[in-house]
Amino acid sequence: MDLLILILQGIIVAATPLVFAAIGELVVERAGVLNLGVEGMMILGAVSGFAITLESGSILIGIVSAALAGGAAALLFGILTQLLLSNQVATGLALTIFGLGLSALLGQGYSGATVMALEKIHITVLSDIPILGAIIFSYDPLIYLSFGLTGCVAWFLAKTRAGLILRAVGENHDAAHALGYGVVKIRLAALVFGGACAGIGGAYLSIVQTPFWVEDMTSGRGWIALAIVVFSTWHPGRALLGAYLFGGVTVVQLHVQGLGVDIQAQVLSMLPYIVTIIVLVMISRDTLRAKLNAPACLNKSFFASS
Amino acid sequence: MIRLEARNQTSRTLLFWSPILAVGITVIAGTIMFALLGKAPIRAIAIIFLEPLGDIFSIAEIVVKATPLILIAVGLSFGFKAGIWNIGAEGQFTIGALSGGSVALALYQIDGAWVLPLMCLAGAVGGMLWAAIPAFLKTRYNANEILVSLMLTYVAVLLLSALVHGPLKDPDGMNFPESRIFHDAATLPILIEGTRAHVGFVTAIVAVAISWLVLSRHIFGYQIKVLGQSQRAARFGGFNEKHVTWICLMISGGLAGLAGLFEAAGPVGQLVPALPVGYGFTAIIVAFLGRLNPLGILLGGFVMALTYIGGESAQIELNLPSAVTGVFQGMLLFFLLGIDVLANYKIRMTQPLSRKLSE
Repeated sequence: MDLLILILQGIIVAATPLVFAAIGELVVERAGVLNLGVEGMMILGAVSGFAITLESGSILIGIVSAALAGGAAALLFGILTQLLLSNQVATGLALTIFGLGLSALLGQGYSGATVMALEKIHITVLSDIPILGAIIFSYDPLIYLSFGLTGCVAWFLAKTRAGLILRAVGENHDAAHALGYGVVKIRLAALVFGGACAGIGGAYLSIVQTPFWVEDMTSGRGWIALAIVVFSTWHPGRALLGAYLFGGVTVVQLHVQGLGVDIQAQVLSMLPYIVTIIVLVMISRDTLRAKLNAPACLNKSFFASS
Repeated sequence: MIRLEARNQTSRTLLFWSPILAVGITVIAGTIMFALLGKAPIRAIAIIFLEPLGDIFSIAEIVVKATPLILIAVGLSFGFKAGIWNIGAEGQFTIGALSGGSVALALYQIDGAWVLPLMCLAGAVGGMLWAAIPAFLKTRYNANEILVSLMLTYVAVLLLSALVHGPLKDPDGMNFPESRIFHDAATLPILIEGTRAHVGFVTAIVAVAISWLVLSRHIFGYQIKVLGQSQRAARFGGFNEKHVTWICLMISGGLAGLAGLFEAAGPVGQLVPALPVGYGFTAIIVAFLGRLNPLGILLGGFVMALTYIGGESAQIELNLPSAVTGVFQGMLLFFLLGIDVLANYKIRMTQPLSRKLSE
């Protein structure tokens, strides 16, 4: 039982950075922009969150700075792709390469240091319930925030007027423009939100999950988040599910290693990536469904000719 | 108010000058960055961009780094032109090194002029097979090639590490995770005595020449261009999109695999887990810096190789992390993509509509 609780808790901790990054990217893609720089924004969030937490002594300030760093990186992407109309795929790749380089440069003096990990919330009665208390009511606030965020985004996209406008921009930017909505402004706002989410996801890795800073510590999680968005067919609830699926694979793989099964550690570490590919294939197989769900203007530049 | 106006035709002059302009702006931005970091900016720039050009050894090292970058970038340019985004060249590079290197280890101490060609073949085929996975999943199941090829990069790097820790480990190597050092017949001949510049560079030049011919003179080059501009037009033209996808991924995978083998049989001389150092990703920048044109890529490869060597000396002389190179490369691509807007759009200063109406 204890092992099971441990595994469940591990899954939740492993999935949370993916939830943040995937939900952020989902909003961006719903607005019709494909930002492949998630990995770069996450790692920038990870390094700035860690460094600022260490310098300021406050985890809250650290997480806010991580969100700001991610948002700023996304804004850079937005200026290039939305105002200067550069190719979104190439610019996203540039953001990832740039983010990995800059984070290593900024984090030079911080490798080896540790911060006090974020404390778990202890709710007097609920957290003391046997088993259930351990599974549901004993995490750090960011995990609850990730669930809240998913709910809010789902509600925002489906039920609010602003969410409808955002989706309209993603489905048909020319029509949205003709109706008088500022396509570029809305997309920039979505991008900054997505960047902030990715930044928080990165900070979760460096502040809560490990808690220390190493170069390249995101190791492909930003790309997995992108795959999760495809997996979710652009629905927040399914993105949450996808993140937990990948979190599950990661943790089970770690526990199998721990049990001393006679498989090389590297082979087991391949699992999350291979599962990502398999899931991606299963989701994309139905061409029609993939087309119906994807925002119609995804990865298309918008240029108002008049 | 500043506003963009679409040009009727892409400006060829600006298309030519924008990489040069981008390099210039990157140097300026780099100067500012070093000043902020508290390092002597002018000296840092001089170390990175000028010092490596000073002696034959450094120039040979530039050739060593430029070889894989040019080979991979030339391969990638085919797909990028057609809108097929193979960004897992790093993985194909790794598998190429692994399969070609395995041949070298299997034929350990067997001499013969055929050993090296066989290794090259194995390397290229290895890279192609690794690229065949995204090609198959894309054409058969519509799976996004960007994500599949990238995920496979992580798998490839782990596979190399697993094999070097296991079956390919040097039996007399004190249990270090590295293979035997390749014997002489399995090592690339050196171009300039006393340096590490190897014949792989000649191959890269040949690849550039052939690609230039194919892209500018062969119907396949035309098909790629049409597919990249408009999928609909390509379909009306009767071009088979799936064929183009396959061929583009095979070319890029094969060249990346060959580059990987060259790296293993050239400067490194054995299989080690740290063999892939990001050439596959940097080559993406090289491809764009060279305007997806083989001749441009040749030049772009040298510029990028220069930042590697310069970054290494900066690391030693100014105690900067090697990541500085990545920052420079990212900035360069950013500026290049940003400046490109000028080739397609004119900047016009216009009065706001409200003022126009009141006049």
